[in-house]
Amino acid sequence: MTSSNEALAHSASSAEAAPGTPPGAARGAHGRGGPAADSWRSRLYRWDMKGSPYAFVAPFFILFGAFTLVPLLYTAWYSLHNVQLSSLDHQTWTGLDNYRNLLSSDFFWNALKNTFTIGVLSTVPQLLAALGLAHLLNYRLRGSTVWRVVMLTPYATSVAAATLVFTLLYSWDGGMINWLLHFAGVGPVNWRESDWGSQFAVSSIVVWRWTGYNALIYLAAMQAIPADLYESAAIDGANRWQQFRHVTVPQLRPTILFTVVVSTIGATQLFGEPLLFGGVSGSKGGSEHQYQTLGLYMYDQGWIVGNLGKASAIAWSMFLILLIIAAVNLLLTRRLRKSQ
Amino acid sequence: MRTNFRRSRRMMALAAVAALTTSLLAGCAKDAKDGSSDDAGGGNGKGKITLTVGTYGVFGYKQAGLYDEYMKLHPDINIKENVTTRTDVYWPKVLTRLQAGSGTDDIQAIEIGNITEAVQTQADKFVDMSKYVDKSQWLDWKNAQATTKDGKLIGLGTDIGPMAICYRKDLLQKAGLPTDRDKLAQMWKGDWAKYVDVGKQYMKKAPKGTKFVDSAASVYNAALGGGADRYYDKDGNVIWDKSQGVKKSWDVAMTVATSDMSAKLKQFDPTWDQGYANASFATVACPAWMIGYIEQKSGDSGKGNWDVAAAPTASNWGGSWIGVPNAGKHQKEAIALAKWLTDPAQQEKVFSKQASFPSTPSAYPNLKPAADTTAYFSNAPLTQIFSDSAKTIPTQIFGIKDQPMTTAITDVGILQVEQKGKTPAEGWNAAAKEIKDVLGQ
Repeated sequence: MTSSNEALAHSASSAEAAPGTPPGAARGAHGRGGPAADSWRSRLYRWDMKGSPYAFVAPFFILFGAFTLVPLLYTAWYSLHNVQLSSLDHQTWTGLDNYRNLLSSDFFWNALKNTFTIGVLSTVPQLLAALGLAHLLNYRLRGSTVWRVVMLTPYATSVAAATLVFTLLYSWDGGMINWLLHFAGVGPVNWRESDWGSQFAVSSIVVWRWTGYNALIYLAAMQAIPADLYESAAIDGANRWQQFRHVTVPQLRPTILFTVVVSTIGATQLFGEPLLFGGVSGSKGGSEHQYQTLGLYMYDQGWIVGNLGKASAIAWSMFLILLIIAAVNLLLTRRLRKSQ
Repeated sequence: MRTNFRRSRRMMALAAVAALTTSLLAGCAKDAKDGSSDDAGGGNGKGKITLTVGTYGVFGYKQAGLYDEYMKLHPDINIKENVTTRTDVYWPKVLTRLQAGSGTDDIQAIEIGNITEAVQTQADKFVDMSKYVDKSQWLDWKNAQATTKDGKLIGLGTDIGPMAICYRKDLLQKAGLPTDRDKLAQMWKGDWAKYVDVGKQYMKKAPKGTKFVDSAASVYNAALGGGADRYYDKDGNVIWDKSQGVKKSWDVAMTVATSDMSAKLKQFDPTWDQGYANASFATVACPAWMIGYIEQKSGDSGKGNWDVAAAPTASNWGGSWIGVPNAGKHQKEAIALAKWLTDPAQQEKVFSKQASFPSTPSAYPNLKPAADTTAYFSNAPLTQIFSDSAKTIPTQIFGIKDQPMTTAITDVGILQVEQKGKTPAEGWNAAAKEIKDVLGQ
């Protein structure tokens, strides 16, 4: 009986969410007094204790189920069928045909290759530049907040706006970049139609947008490095560059790994930049598909050609590729932890 | 001071959360409205019905004040236009909603590139308009393209895209060519190859930094728009590699792509717009709806320098229909509105505002282009030129994948020759490979 009384007081106070309420506030219930009511209350309390956490986390999982899990499974189902956008009701089972089709399609392999090369072209310079910038920002600077905010500005601009500006900069006739190259004695480059030129151009948009973002992550990690490490290094006669190499970088290793993984996932899903860079028929990724990424190929197959089955197969292939990346990451992290 | 600071920080955080939440909620609310258009009005006792019109790009109805006019005529009706700018985003969305049987607008616009797909696969999702209108109001070929085999008319014709050649008098003059629109039309009359010959003459004395046309793809498009046969035969079989229309247009485009008379721009890219502003090309095949675009992009510097001449052959590029999906809640009202919007009298008004050319011939004698547009194009008889073209356009047979097939030829085949220096044969093979991919072969 005492324990249930206590429970009562608790439940009353927790229900009213006012920590200051005296236990006597539960008197009314006491007055009604039947043991049935008591056990009802205590049961409610137990449910509250056990159930509430689930209720609190439920919204995420419901949304996750509705907008991620179900579409994911539905896409898997689609990828095993012949589904046309114009006749969604007529799905014919084709088994693994869509996947076989993909493996024998030049366009798929080309897109996979492009995704990889553009990924490397954008991720590597981006992270190196971010590391360097973070190192510079880590010094005592006048107006350091301003610098940091400025770093983040490209990330805050929309992909569409950034790409539009870059498209103009890279236009082969009258674009600013070719104009500058002209002063350096280099002939005009057709940035959109040349193979490496276009990939470089697309990568540069990605680099421009994400470098500052990664730099701030590195900066945060750098500031967590204890100052005495640098002090003792300085006492040992290490200059700034040596400090960077032998103190900063090793300390940042987990952070670097994190950014590598996140950037790789981002690169695998690259879509907006090449689509908009391509202009009117952007989903082709250039006349020879020279910068068509997997994301673009999926969009082209699904929404332009209208072959949803094949597009779903591409989506699942991308998913599998990401799983492989995640597995590699896991292995690396374990290695890293063991070596420390 | 310190506590103040903290409190203000907390207030900021609160404000941020509040802003986020409201914007999220606003997003939901908007989506919900977007998803089921009938929520907004739904004849709920008040008697006011909201009709939604789904379009892409600029249809000119709002600009010409047609919605306001209709709402004044019908006080119980409220009209809302849902615009999706890009067709390649608009059409897949419409397709999925039509098949889901919900979420469509009361009136849905259909573009010429999608009309065959709509006729062949979605006809049962649209109201048969032939029961409600006098079909003879429209050009026969316009009706034919929206009619199913068993005679169901799924949409009412809005504008069409009869073709002319827009040219810059100042550039042609510097190149020693005639600037009179009748003389020019005579020089290339009957064949797009003759137009290209004029281009060769232009290039001999071309003003520095200018070319004859904007792109080889636009010449291909214009030439293809004048022939009866395209990629499909009338039974729906793919004949693109045997089609005379495709072959002839391709050959003309190849002459352009390999003879340095093209500014090598891609239409509707920002760089194309710049080309207008910098006067970097002398002529462009212009359907009626492009008139306003040219005026806008060339700006003041082009005023009075542009002129319009008849195209080598009658040709059509673009145009739309508006259909009433069965899934709409207010079919009767939507049919009435669609009828009214496509009535010759209304098409006239849209033309004078937006230069979208009517698909109803009875409107032609009364067409009045906007005064400043006429002045901009050197007082060219726009109406005359475009109506002459419109009346002689052949009935073109479109197929389900017409649009992606055209893109494959223009944006892959022609572009490779024009911008990457490939041979015409290589360009053709690349386009063929692309088309096979489109057709799932």
